Amino acid sequence: MTALWLVVVPVVVALVIAAAGRRPVGFTRWLALIGPALATFAGIQALLSAEPAGHGGAAAEATSVAADWLSAASGSIEIGLAIDPLAAVMLAVVGVVAGMVVIFSVGYMAEDRSQARYFALLSAFTAAMSMLVLSTSLVGLFVAWELVGACSYLLIGFWFTKPSAARAAIKAFLVTRIGDVGLLLALALLWRETGALSISGVLEAAPALAPATVTTVALLLFVGAAGKSAQFPLHIWLPDAMEGPTPVSALIHAATMVAAGVFLLARMAPLFDLSETARLVVLVIGTVTALGAATVAVTQTDIKRVLAYSTISQLGFMFAALGTGAWVAAMFHLVTHAAFKSLLFLASGSVIHGSGTQDLREMGGLGKAMPVTTVTWAIGVAALAGLPPLAGFFSKDAVIDAVWMHAPVAGVALFVASALTALYAARATRLAFTGEFRGTGHPHESPVVMTAPLVVLATAAVTLGAASWWFADLFGGHAGLALPVAVASTVIAVVAALAGWRLFGAGPAADERLADALGGLWRAARSAYGIDTLAMRAAAGIERASATIAERFDRRIVDGAVNGVAWLARRIGREFNELQSGEGQLYAALVGAGAVLLVSLALWLGR
Amino acid sequence: MTLVLLIAIPVVTAILALAAGSRPSWSRALALLGALGTLAVAGTAWSQLAGADAPLTYELTVAGNGTFLSLMADGLSLPLVALTALLGAVAVLTSWDVERTGPHMALLLALEAAVTAVFLAADLILFYVAWEAVLIPMFFLIGGWGHDNRRYAAMKFFAYTFAGSALMLVGIVLLIISGGAGTSMSAAVVLSPETQRLVFWLLAAGFLVKIPVVPLHTWLPDAHVEAPTAGSIMLAGVLLKMGAYGIMRLCVPFTPEAFAAAAPLLAGLGVVGIVYGAVMALGQHDLKRLVAYSSVAHMGFVVLGISTGTELGFQGAVLGMVSHGLVAGLLFFLVGALYERAHTRDIGAFGGLGETLPRWATVFVFASLASLGLPGLSGFPGEFASLVAGFAGFGWPIAVAGLGVALAGAYTLRAVRRVVHGEPSTDRAHVDLSAREIVAIVPLAALIVALGVWPRLVTDLARATLEGLAVLAGMVS
Repeated sequence: MTALWLVVVPVVVALVIAAAGRRPVGFTRWLALIGPALATFAGIQALLSAEPAGHGGAAAEATSVAADWLSAASGSIEIGLAIDPLAAVMLAVVGVVAGMVVIFSVGYMAEDRSQARYFALLSAFTAAMSMLVLSTSLVGLFVAWELVGACSYLLIGFWFTKPSAARAAIKAFLVTRIGDVGLLLALALLWRETGALSISGVLEAAPALAPATVTTVALLLFVGAAGKSAQFPLHIWLPDAMEGPTPVSALIHAATMVAAGVFLLARMAPLFDLSETARLVVLVIGTVTALGAATVAVTQTDIKRVLAYSTISQLGFMFAALGTGAWVAAMFHLVTHAAFKSLLFLASGSVIHGSGTQDLREMGGLGKAMPVTTVTWAIGVAALAGLPPLAGFFSKDAVIDAVWMHAPVAGVALFVASALTALYAARATRLAFTGEFRGTGHPHESPVVMTAPLVVLATAAVTLGAASWWFADLFGGHAGLALPVAVASTVIAVVAALAGWRLFGAGPAADERLADALGGLWRAARSAYGIDTLAMRAAAGIERASATIAERFDRRIVDGAVNGVAWLARRIGREFNELQSGEGQLYAALVGAGAVLLVSLALWLGR
Repeated sequence: MTLVLLIAIPVVTAILALAAGSRPSWSRALALLGALGTLAVAGTAWSQLAGADAPLTYELTVAGNGTFLSLMADGLSLPLVALTALLGAVAVLTSWDVERTGPHMALLLALEAAVTAVFLAADLILFYVAWEAVLIPMFFLIGGWGHDNRRYAAMKFFAYTFAGSALMLVGIVLLIISGGAGTSMSAAVVLSPETQRLVFWLLAAGFLVKIPVVPLHTWLPDAHVEAPTAGSIMLAGVLLKMGAYGIMRLCVPFTPEAFAAAAPLLAGLGVVGIVYGAVMALGQHDLKRLVAYSSVAHMGFVVLGISTGTELGFQGAVLGMVSHGLVAGLLFFLVGALYERAHTRDIGAFGGLGETLPRWATVFVFASLASLGLPGLSGFPGEFASLVAGFAGFGWPIAVAGLGVALAGAYTLRAVRRVVHGEPSTDRAHVDLSAREIVAIVPLAALIVALGVWPRLVTDLARATLEGLAVLAGMVS
């Protein structure tokens, strides 16, 4: 089976689901599992047969495809798909999470009228995401990169009659597209400097390039990655993206698409090795994002927004690791994070389904009503907080260790961010699951079709830590634990979690107490430091300015100049011939005048 | 023979459709038959050229008087001819229920014949005659079937392009006289640098108005807003391509040095068009004006690709032209269909059409994504090739075009948000797309996907010709 099928089959499935339409969706929605199953199978099979090979590693020849997408005498632009170990890891992540999300969605979306569109889009997303991780050329990667963005746009805006969802969708697309322009320019620059756009060709040519060029390319790639992976200041789209159905948030906005930026930088790691400046920028942005978003997550009252800021923060951890060159640690954290964060999103979906609200202040006491959801959620937050022996403990340890060794200041910042992570994890758990139910209605546990995926993902969140050794074996880098960092981060996480547990035992009142105690600081974090407001104001300004320019400049000045010539011609025409009138004459005169003008211009330019 | 049929079929059916004017259903049937027949012949020509080593040619000689009619189809012209034939059929389908069916269909087919003749002309005189002939049916389509301000728009369209083509005529005459090699467009002519410059700018005056480049573009939004849907489809879909085609067909081979000297200026005009068109489109309230300004941006990419004088850039230009023909054709079709139902094109008058007209909305979202250059759809390969080739040729100033790429997302999705998304707020439109409309849409949509996935569907045909042009352009740089 070639890698091509991993892309083609889910596309065909998407078309079938969409074409079949509303009525048979009870059956056709299950077809959306085909793509994820294939991806899981192919990913795991490739991993089992992979040879330890360091960066990238060899792709199995038998499954590779390549072709010239555009071909000219001076050089061709190639696209191709291949399963190398790095792609296989991502493929397995995409397959497992997408599969669980499809199953969960069968329950979560059961009442929705537009399920055909929903499951078709999930399958299309699986295809695009598979193409992204399998691409052997930056062009193919860019194509898939934008296609996952389009699927994200369509799924965030799935409930499009809601104005807030429509706004969130367009915002997500446009903010990430700013990053995509950076990526596009990186491609243009690479094509000019190396004449290659295949990943291997670029990486081969990179050492011979001027250092300034390498740095520019690396920074442009990072702009693209920062847009997709919601890094400061392009993070503003991700919290709003929570307007989409919650399983979509789990798949696209927690586990796979938002991690694509991390994957891209890991793919291009040898290029980043050549530029210290670029790595420093990645490290700083990653660290700032990790810390800043963690502070915001503490103050949010919407359970999905807590998780959204948490995702931004965790992606920041990964970029910090990439900034120190520790791409293996970053990829490992990507994998464990995909497991526990998709688990948390799906669990929050179950919570929303069972309690009818996503406001933490209206929850409480769900532990009794929703036992499976509660236990799996607890596993998820423990992994997120980095408590041993869960998966997040191992991967976060690897990240912090790499950063600590390289840049102690950033290391300290990440320790603080870890403490905040444990704090907001404890807060959300306390507010939602303990105490008395503060909402209306009767909370209830979700059906098995929704809780089963939670159990699967929780199992992964518990066990994936063991993959640390296997990861090091496959990609290089050091295995196991960095003991001092591990001890320190465990102590910090436990203390912060316990503090949070005590503090937020008081329920939402604890928020108010904290807000009083911290004053402006709390308000600033609560509003995510006003960055979003600022950006939205700027966007509205651009739209208004465009309208003004269109009206004033284009119609009055550019067009006015032409009409002015016409008016002048009419005056002249009247002077010479008052007996005749009419537009034909006017325009004949205009043509004459225009011709004279342009001839003189042509003569002047051609002199 | 194939080539002459491409012009003869629409001419003959145009006359028949006019003759059957008192029976609209006959006119319709004849027009559709003619358009589909032309399309079938275009397909035949495509397969002939794909299997041939040389361009297809046709010469009609009159005893004693030399060549009377000389036609040629190569990798540059045939994709545009095929696009013309396809959009001709779509335009017939969109004007099914138009008033005064006979004359309308006749004008439409005459327009198709004239545009095809521009692309097929192998003779400078025929090229010029066909070029001017395009104006007449278009002028009457706007003036006779347009909206409220149609007289102004028709006049403006005519005046602008006529002024441009007057200069082009001077350029062609100068080229024939100073070249001294007759009127054949494939003659090997070497002009002195001074003459080249003069000829280049005279020709370019006509071509640049037609494309149009900023600031010669203001006729376009007015013409589009006032034109009937079929007119808009043909105008954006194929008429704009005549300008870009002219630069590649005449300026590059006949005045390569002047072209090379003007290349940075052309690239600048391209980038300005990309950004300016996008900013303007963002400020529009009328859907047709929005699509019109997006055309200025898309043609900016075409101009940028041409300006590089490289094979990749030329490929980008051809891909951009074909793609824009498909996408703008589809968008104007959809906006026209919406106007027929709601009698307004004001973005603010709509909302929630995803709920009330789900099929229309689905296609509109699809076309919008294609228009913003989403990879996997046809807009991307051309933009990408133009941008990459432009950057390789001119460096960082081309990066400004990236602004246009970002803004393209803004203006298209803004329209989607206002029109398709949100609460259903309009009781203006209830009837979703009909079977006839879907028949017109499907081929366009299918080609938009096919070309986006596999651009070599077009570039493999165009490659040999474009490589030859690039060699000509490259000899001087």
